[in-house]
Amino acid sequence: MTSNRMSLEFLSCSENVGLARVAVAAFASGADFNLNDLEEIKVAVSEAVSNAIIHGYEGALTGTVRLAASLSDEALEIVIEDAGKGIPDLEQAMLPGTGSDPERLGLGFVFMRSFMDDVDVWTEVGRGTRVKLLKSLPASKTTGKVVKN
Amino acid sequence: MGYLMRKEGDTLIVKVNGEFDLHGADFARRDIDIQIKAQGTKHILFDLGGLTFIDSSGLGVILGRYRRISENGGRAAISGAPANIQKVMEISGLPRLMPFFADSSAALRELGQREVRRPL
Repeated sequence: MTSNRMSLEFLSCSENVGLARVAVAAFASGADFNLNDLEEIKVAVSEAVSNAIIHGYEGALTGTVRLAASLSDEALEIVIEDAGKGIPDLEQAMLPGTGSDPERLGLGFVFMRSFMDDVDVWTEVGRGTRVKLLKSLPASKTTGKVVKN
Repeated sequence: MGYLMRKEGDTLIVKVNGEFDLHGADFARRDIDIQIKAQGTKHILFDLGGLTFIDSSGLGVILGRYRRISENGGRAAISGAPANIQKVMEISGLPRLMPFFADSSAALRELGQREVRRPL
């Protein structure tokens, strides 16, 4: 059962990368994630939003990035969506070091996969990309809580 | 995100503060490259003691400068990386490319020592 949710829509400018990750971290801090988890969530959100800006909208400042997050007893789910150009070869894009720019590491998806429990990508050329990130809550919180009266 | 640059001997020291992400990466890249050229810098040291966040955009700036300096026979090093960003650094592979030091003094000593050991 969803216990909380939020959504945010912003322009595809680099200033908003920080806004997105801080908003999600603040939202996630309402659950029992530790500081390390929150740091990892921030990196994953930063990568997904940066990808939307750099690759989805190719640096154009007029695109719209949509972010939605929901928190249940089991997990935090984050969806980051753009209506940009889409990824022609998703399998290739998810490999490390395959970015088009030599100044970039091509590690966006590697970081997302390293720091989140599940990463799901939908993309269509000419329509955009949607990245779903899932971070499970610590096991102790999914096996039931002891409630004292 | 902010950064301060100063030169110590042959080394350009870039002290990065705050959050190093896509916003500011282009400016930092341009500014550092201008300084490398203007100062005739051989080595570069990234002092990350004041860093609170980094993602692949920030790491890309460091990697790009490492490549540029290396191509010219220089070395790059990192000092003072906070514990909370170590994991990002490790996954990126940067520690395999350039040495990490606890503080900038240790890094500068190492860069200087190696300079002395260079064959005549």
